[in-house]
Amino acid sequence: MLAADLLVAQNIGFGIIALLMVVGALRVVTVNNVVHAALWLVVVLSGAAAQYLLLSAEFVAITQVLVYVGAVMVLFLFGTMLTRARIGAENDLNNKNWKIAIPVSLLMLGVMSWVIVDGFSDEKLIDNPGEMTQVPVQLISDDIFGPYLLPFWALSFVLLVAVIGAIVLARKD
Amino acid sequence: MLTAQFLLLGAVLFCIGVYGVLARKNAVMVLMSIELILNSVNLNLLAFSVRHGSVDGNTFALYIIAIAAAEVGVGLAMVLLIYRNRRTIALDDLSEMKG
Repeated sequence: MLAADLLVAQNIGFGIIALLMVVGALRVVTVNNVVHAALWLVVVLSGAAAQYLLLSAEFVAITQVLVYVGAVMVLFLFGTMLTRARIGAENDLNNKNWKIAIPVSLLMLGVMSWVIVDGFSDEKLIDNPGEMTQVPVQLISDDIFGPYLLPFWALSFVLLVAVIGAIVLARKD
Repeated sequence: MLTAQFLLLGAVLFCIGVYGVLARKNAVMVLMSIELILNSVNLNLLAFSVRHGSVDGNTFALYIIAIAAAEVGVGLAMVLLIYRNRRTIALDDLSEMKG
């Protein structure tokens, strides 16, 4: 196997970012301060954007940063601060029988890892690393406005309904 | 790079998200865990997009990002409404529909 086929730099980058993402995700679900959880979620979402760059999907990566890190996080912080009397650590963020969730999620992880390792054990992402190029945005737009136009319309209606619904739900009458 | 490493990262994030949805009581924290789950799905879609040399996965990932934004908007509006009516967003206390 040639050294170029191994993509050493990409693999090291993947490992570091993956470790950051897993640690951040664990902190999101275990930390007992809602604002800190939101900030750890920023780490996970930015790491996901970096992984999308490794997968040569730059348009999706930039959209991820704009929508998630930009807009959704602001929404979360607003939601936290509008529903919280105090900002700070609290110790009643978990259910009273939260321990049941640990074996459930570990069981799911075991089954999914087994299936993935069984099905894709040493299948390479690309057979010829030299062919890995950035996805042109033109191809994505041809895809969205060509074969996937109907889902795009449906998505527009979903966004419209979400905006109207959020206004109706949150307005004082 | 192997296909399995991206799929395994997606699986780990998915299971952490499921744990958060099951274990957390605060409604805002549950919404955050749902974001983790949606991101793991996006990772899988983009890995398969590269694997098969097609841009369809990128398109689906963009659609999922848009759906997630709408979901957070409606979800937080509902949380605000519940907070205004009940002065709490602990999901344990919302048991009217329990039967």
